Amino acid sequence: MAEQTLRQWLLTDTPTSRRHAKLSALYQGWLSFRGNTMAMIGLWILVALVAIAAAAPLISPHDPFVQDLGNRLAPLGTDGHILGTDSLGRDILSRLIYGSRITLYIVALVALIAPIAGLLVGTVSGYVGGWVDVVLMRITDIFLAFPRLVLALAFVAALGAGIENAVLAISLTAWPPYARIARAETLTIRSADYISAIQLQGAGAMRIITRHIWPLCISSLIVRVTLDMAGIILAAAGLGFLGLGAQPPSPEWGAMISEGRRFILDHWWVATMPGLAIFTVSLAFNLLGDGLRDVLDPKGGE
Amino acid sequence: MTSANHEGGARQRASLPLWVTASIKTLGSIAVTMLGLVFITFIIGRVMPIDPVLAIVGERASQSTYDAVYYQLGLDKPVIVQFGYYVWDVMRGDFGMSLLNARPVAEDIARVFPATLELATLGVCFGIVLGVPLGVVAAVRKGSWIDQLARVVALVGYSMPIFWLGLMGLLVFYGILGWVGGPGRVGIFYEDVVPSVTGMILVDSILDRNWTVLKDAFSHIVLPASLLGYYSLAYISRMTRSFMLEQMSAEYITTARVKGMSEWDVVWKHAFRNIRVQLITVIALSYAGLLEGSVLTEIIFSWPGIGSYITTALLSADMNAVLGGTVVVGLIFILLNIFSDLLYKVFDPRAR
Repeated sequence: MAEQTLRQWLLTDTPTSRRHAKLSALYQGWLSFRGNTMAMIGLWILVALVAIAAAAPLISPHDPFVQDLGNRLAPLGTDGHILGTDSLGRDILSRLIYGSRITLYIVALVALIAPIAGLLVGTVSGYVGGWVDVVLMRITDIFLAFPRLVLALAFVAALGAGIENAVLAISLTAWPPYARIARAETLTIRSADYISAIQLQGAGAMRIITRHIWPLCISSLIVRVTLDMAGIILAAAGLGFLGLGAQPPSPEWGAMISEGRRFILDHWWVATMPGLAIFTVSLAFNLLGDGLRDVLDPKGGE
Repeated sequence: MTSANHEGGARQRASLPLWVTASIKTLGSIAVTMLGLVFITFIIGRVMPIDPVLAIVGERASQSTYDAVYYQLGLDKPVIVQFGYYVWDVMRGDFGMSLLNARPVAEDIARVFPATLELATLGVCFGIVLGVPLGVVAAVRKGSWIDQLARVVALVGYSMPIFWLGLMGLLVFYGILGWVGGPGRVGIFYEDVVPSVTGMILVDSILDRNWTVLKDAFSHIVLPASLLGYYSLAYISRMTRSFMLEQMSAEYITTARVKGMSEWDVVWKHAFRNIRVQLITVIALSYAGLLEGSVLTEIIFSWPGIGSYITTALLSADMNAVLGGTVVVGLIFILLNIFSDLLYKVFDPRAR
């Protein structure tokens, strides 16, 4: 019964407070999101991924780093190694489970760094205007004009291989679209009456940007981040595959494919399984992103 | 006097045709973007932890040799002057010497580039031939099974790591089924059989009328090209669909139908005609994307193109080659972007 009333409270036409209205809008968004089966599948896959990453030591059947050369390249369905073993006899399933932590780590870092950098550049550019706008947007255009993977390659080559540098390189190539979006939003917000009102009250540019412009840019940025996640995962896996991301013996999925590549014709599962994992996760992000876009930005869809 | 000058100036500006001012603006922005690209690669070259002098003279060189090379490279000059030299070199097509084989990087790139061009071109052709009709049909029969199929094709394309798809393709079509040639451009017996004219082996073997080599080369290129093309197929079909949906809901389509025009003519003679310009810009963009995608594909298929070149250089710390390759790919990327922009402006009066 209490649930029923909660539902009614959330769906009311006459919200009694600001928080009430906000929660109500969120709930209605959730209801329309829940109706989208594909997006829900994406969401569940990602929830499962987070759970797997969190519980990795509990659920992985073996230590992902322990080698067992007597039992190398065991096929699928071997006793104790459901997904077989790799060229050093390490359990592939356990490595995949631990690899999910690395994937989430990379995605989370890039998803933090790139949008924040883009938000900073875009809002400053849009709010200050003038030559600052011209210079910042030119820089953004130059980065946008670069082929992303090649730029990331060159950055990693200069900085040295490793997860942190790969994250940095991907972020450096990923921020420009966010800057564009944030600038466009800022331009429409800037001339709003309520901004003039705060200006008259004596608020400085810093306060206006951080307190009154940023919050309004967030929702369009979130949609864009979710849609970009798949690209980020693929880029990170690509760098790992080239040996420029996580270093061995780290169970990064891209690097695992690279290891299994040598045996692709005789022991196909070694490279196939991590690829399936990458595909599943980036598919999930794409599904979720499409669903979120439909809810948050109805014009952007079909 | 001053006011007369002013007027004259204003009149002159007004009398300049619009396209002249527009092209000056475009050229200016191209120049700035390219300069920015060169600047970024220059910075990357600066921050790397490798000493460029040591890389050339080796660790046992005497101090005087070291100094000589140091001055020769212009490293004693201010950074901005060094950047000036670098821009001048790049404009002349001089990317320095490869540290690996002591040959000019520009020569190496010119040698490997046709292989990438061949692969990407065939890939984009594949994407157009399948993607455009798929997108059109998906839009016309919105909600049908073919629309669902187009959706799945695109979704899978956006989510699949290209290098993994390449490996799987190699495993299935080469390893298990044996339908296609393996990695590389031609079988080992056919290497260097036909004289290299264009550097593109399909074209060269046709010029040489060597059909055996042509057949073998085709069996090698068909798999990487179609896998690469799958990515442009995903993009092109998606964009075609949304362009077509926009047209099909326009009033002139209803008018055409009311006039009793056949559905085929409505779709292809009316709606499709109006999306051609947008479509060409999309194709140019996906072509640029393929150049990038070819980096990973080339490695899987041991394809001796610019992607393999950059990554090989990368793993052996040959920075001149990496930066040279990056600049070349970046410039082509920018040119294709600008080209698609221009096309749009020239052919679509609304965008002017």
